[in-house]
Amino acid sequence: MAGSNKINITPPRWLLAELTYKCPLQCPYCSNPLDYAQHKDEISTEDWKRVLSEARKMGAVQLGFSGGEPLTRPDLAELVQHSRGLGYYTNLITSGYGLTEARILKLKEAGLDHIQISIQASTQDLNDHIAGTESFQSKQEVARLVKKHGYPMVLCVVIHRENIHQMPEILAMAEELGADYLELANTQYYGWAHANRDLLMPTKEQYEKAEKIAQDFKEKVADKMKIYYVIPDFHEDRPKACMNGWGTTFLTVAPDGMALPCHSARELPNLDCPNVTEYSVPEIWNESKAFNFFRGTAWMKEPCSSCDEKDKDFGGCRCQAYLLTGDMYNTDPVCSKSPENSVIQAAISSARESALSADEKPLVFRNSKNSKQY
Amino acid sequence: MSINPEKIIHFSPMHRLQWEEAQQKDVILYPEGMVELNQSSAEILKMCDGTRALDEIVSDLEAKFSTTDLKNDIIAFLEVALKNGWIKQD
Repeated sequence: MAGSNKINITPPRWLLAELTYKCPLQCPYCSNPLDYAQHKDEISTEDWKRVLSEARKMGAVQLGFSGGEPLTRPDLAELVQHSRGLGYYTNLITSGYGLTEARILKLKEAGLDHIQISIQASTQDLNDHIAGTESFQSKQEVARLVKKHGYPMVLCVVIHRENIHQMPEILAMAEELGADYLELANTQYYGWAHANRDLLMPTKEQYEKAEKIAQDFKEKVADKMKIYYVIPDFHEDRPKACMNGWGTTFLTVAPDGMALPCHSARELPNLDCPNVTEYSVPEIWNESKAFNFFRGTAWMKEPCSSCDEKDKDFGGCRCQAYLLTGDMYNTDPVCSKSPENSVIQAAISSARESALSADEKPLVFRNSKNSKQY
Repeated sequence: MSINPEKIIHFSPMHRLQWEEAQQKDVILYPEGMVELNQSSAEILKMCDGTRALDEIVSDLEAKFSTTDLKNDIIAFLEVALKNGWIKQD
């Protein structure tokens, strides 16, 4: 395997529990795999409890319940209670759609620490268009209930070409709803977002304008709201330090029990990602081929292997290298030192042309019908 | 933002202070984040339990560690903690 030299293995700190791929929303930038409809199996409550216990024992402390829509799992409160008892900080990452006050109370009793709600836009029309489901009113109501019941409230808005012009209104909405944290997540182009990239990627001018507005607002509300700004890496000079380094911090478990070093790793070839129904979490983390594949720096090719920044950004993102250059060992092409950097410039130009053309193709929404085509 | 010496200091209900066995240290947990604490920071935060104002925190810590002259260091850390939202004063 690639990273077979002896390296120090740090324990997992972050467990992302993707409980299900079911979701009432159809966001065209969803990070779930395009072929999610082929992965219908969901592991049992007892399997999840064992995974949670084993990962906690190794040192995982931040836990995200995600999906799909985690609210579709009837055992969610039971899993929250188990996790809280183990000492996890439990984050529910939800669309908010369909979350009732009774369920919020039940989750609070179970020990849930925090709820993150996604909102797609600052207006009902655009929110409901992007979500593919009439959900704007429901989300606003849920945001208020989350505050009412004393949870820290994180509002997450994924930013792309269809809503980036709403930045001032999105910020005002977050303030009005009393968000404690606002995550402005510039779309990362994996999964469905990769398929829809020409229609989602803003121009550099749009990014710069929106970022300036967000930064000014950040200072204004600094004492009551924290703003996380997820950078649009296509417009950066250096790649992101993806996952804080492969197999160092993050463990994702997919709905069918597949353990992944990052939530997009399912699309990488020949990793043979292990399943939690066959192996324990320590076996997976310490011994599996997949989790050792890109650990350390021995797997790197040039220009990474002789780069003085390789311990800082770990060569960037393996999924991005694979999706954009066809070789997962390549330098993340976002890096200006990458010999394949032109693919990023081509993607930016292609999106700009699409934005200016009169007959843009429609967005491919994330749903089972579309998923079955992959 | 500075510490009001008259007012009781309590730990933020939006954060959690917890001993991590695997890391052998105290940490502050909050939505999708974690701050690892050194021992002195953790000892100060544990005193912010909603029963003490600044002077009691200083005297209790000086008594606990049989030392004096901690006040300036404690104030400096509490101001960082207040700015980060880890502690509150009503």
